[in-house]
Amino acid sequence: MTYSENWMSLTPTTPVGSAFDESALVAKAKAGDAQAFSDLVNHYERKIYRLAKHITQNDEDAEDVLQETFLKAYEHLENFQGNSKFYTWIVRIAVNESLMKLRKRKSDRTVPLDEPVDTGEEMVAREIAVWEDNPEQRYGRDEMQEILNSAVQSLKPDFRTVFILRDIEELSTEETAETLGISIPAVKSRLLRARLALREKLTRQFKRKGEDVFAYL
Amino acid sequence: MLTCKQFLQELNDYLDPNTDPDLKRKLQSHVTECPNCFVIVDTTQKTLQVYKGVEPQTIPDDVKSRLWKALERKIAAKKQAQS
Ligand SMILES: [Zn+2]
Repeated sequence: MTYSENWMSLTPTTPVGSAFDESALVAKAKAGDAQAFSDLVNHYERKIYRLAKHITQNDEDAEDVLQETFLKAYEHLENFQGNSKFYTWIVRIAVNESLMKLRKRKSDRTVPLDEPVDTGEEMVAREIAVWEDNPEQRYGRDEMQEILNSAVQSLKPDFRTVFILRDIEELSTEETAETLGISIPAVKSRLLRARLALREKLTRQFKRKGEDVFAYL
Repeated sequence: MLTCKQFLQELNDYLDPNTDPDLKRKLQSHVTECPNCFVIVDTTQKTLQVYKGVEPQTIPDDVKSRLWKALERKIAAKKQAQS
């Protein structure tokens, strides 16, 4: 077993700062160039991991999804037509894997699927207040991440997934509809509700304090 | 004049740069006159900004190394099957 040699052969070669040519790498990978495939993995692994973590909200599941996504992509590379972007294709695989994990957990009943109290169904804007300036600078990186994550986590999976694909992964409405197998109007209405629910949560967190005091001066 | 509820329904169109200019103008006139919806637009835009500003976290080393080992096995298996 020459593990270490194989291992070395898979180290990414794309130098930092050099242009990343997705379609060229995909063509090479399809022709059997393992190095080209590993460059693609190296380029997208963080985004896929983030996506999986956002949807599944679970470290273990996210790791499984990460592996499954790239293993399946490698296995089915010949079937990839190149009509869509490679990235969109692997996102679709990752979303399907993540949703399967969610469904499995739901049926296991070992982990309660989040049933948020005050988000989702209703289209509301109750918190109407301006934000303090630059919350990004006021909170540490990790704290900010925590705030944003817990807000996303509180959304129902249907809404959460649409928000992640549209506003974080920046897929188009059409791509999102196709990936999730739902209609374009459904994407639009879920996105609106998700955005409003997050706005509501973050406003509670980031609204300018002491506004009332000011009013009485 | 639109009601706030009607405006809220169209909020995504208002935020979308590709929205039809006529609709945009109609929505804009509500925002100009309604301080509440002005704040809602502003805080929704900020919400989207903070999410877009988040860099993907690095993958923990052990997770990463398991991914690459799995890939390596897969690639080796494929090569073997072809030869
Ligand atoms: Zn209004």
